Amino acid sequence: MNKLQILTKGLVRENPTFVLLLGMCPTLGTTTSALNGLGMGAATLFVLTLSNIAVSLIKNLIPDKVRIPSFIVVIASFVTVVQLCMEAFMPDLYATLGVFIPLIVVNCIILGRAEAFASKNGVLDSALDGIGIGLGFTLSLTALGLVRELLGDGSAFGFKFIDGDGILLFVLAPGAFIALAYLMVIFKKLTAKVK
Amino acid sequence: MEYFVIVIGAIFVNNVVLSQFLGLCPFLGVSNKVSTSLGMGAAVTFVMTVSSIVAYLIQYYILVPLGIEYMQTIVFILVIASLVQMVEIMLKKLSPALYQALGIFLPLITTNCAVLGIAILLVQKEFSLGESVVFAASTAVGFSLALVLFAGLRERLELEDVPAAMKGMPIAILTAGILAMAFMGFSGLVR
Repeated sequence: MNKLQILTKGLVRENPTFVLLLGMCPTLGTTTSALNGLGMGAATLFVLTLSNIAVSLIKNLIPDKVRIPSFIVVIASFVTVVQLCMEAFMPDLYATLGVFIPLIVVNCIILGRAEAFASKNGVLDSALDGIGIGLGFTLSLTALGLVRELLGDGSAFGFKFIDGDGILLFVLAPGAFIALAYLMVIFKKLTAKVK
Repeated sequence: MEYFVIVIGAIFVNNVVLSQFLGLCPFLGVSNKVSTSLGMGAAVTFVMTVSSIVAYLIQYYILVPLGIEYMQTIVFILVIASLVQMVEIMLKKLSPALYQALGIFLPLITTNCAVLGIAILLVQKEFSLGESVVFAASTAVGFSLALVLFAGLRERLELEDVPAAMKGMPIAILTAGILAMAFMGFSGLVR
């Protein structure tokens, strides 16, 4: 697999949200608007890339038996870094995303990539893999956020272009499930054609 | 009265899966059959209640006195992961029957973000120890309720004629959306 393939596989073929169905909690919980989805995706992208780099650096140092707890500590440390930075520099976004920022620790995408990719590959490949999968996750979250914001509020990325209220349901909890279900169908149809 | 409000709020109004979006992995993963979802619900209830007590004690007797609250995420996840292991070992010795019944579900709970989420939430809400336990237990009951209801729906869904593109996950998620809509009916019950 060449470098470009490693970078791009997360976008479509191994898209974490629509194909692998990983990290569903932040996907549904934080996508009330496109910007929130983008923020959550960026935070995950950051943690994923750094933890992939760190894990591939220390993969030969840690004994096999304690590798999962070690990975979790590495991931939790980076999550704490993100948490503190976000609280300091983006307090509004931090308040909106709330409990989902510390919960990046238990996002199965990150531990999954550490175990399945970074613990077996070199530093550069692992970094690219982290960026690729992270970008796929960010794009999916932004897309879902955009759809919910468009339908629910008549705006996109905070710019309102339809007067009056949208379909409030799409900003509330049920709309998250419904929008995700239909996006999944569309994604399935589109990728089936490509193949 | 205070406790009653917490119980109703956690089970129906702010249902952990359907309105807070925590614990979706097991919700979508282990909801094919009603019997397995009952087992998962029982295991989560057990672990969540125990971990809420432990999280409370760690937060107020270790992290706050030492002034290292920022270590919360790292400490909680490690404690919950080891707690699950410990519960598994203890159950194996103390109650083999229960261990057999919960079996494969126990290790799966470490990846259940609801357990960590609730531990963090009860610190954020500044609950007392009693309130924390009640909150965690009723949240877990709410999780089990949603899981069992959803499993029942999915069992029926298996027999339905679903459009090809919607088969599998999409129709299940859409059903969860409708279930969430039903739970919205409870909002306003507790402020």
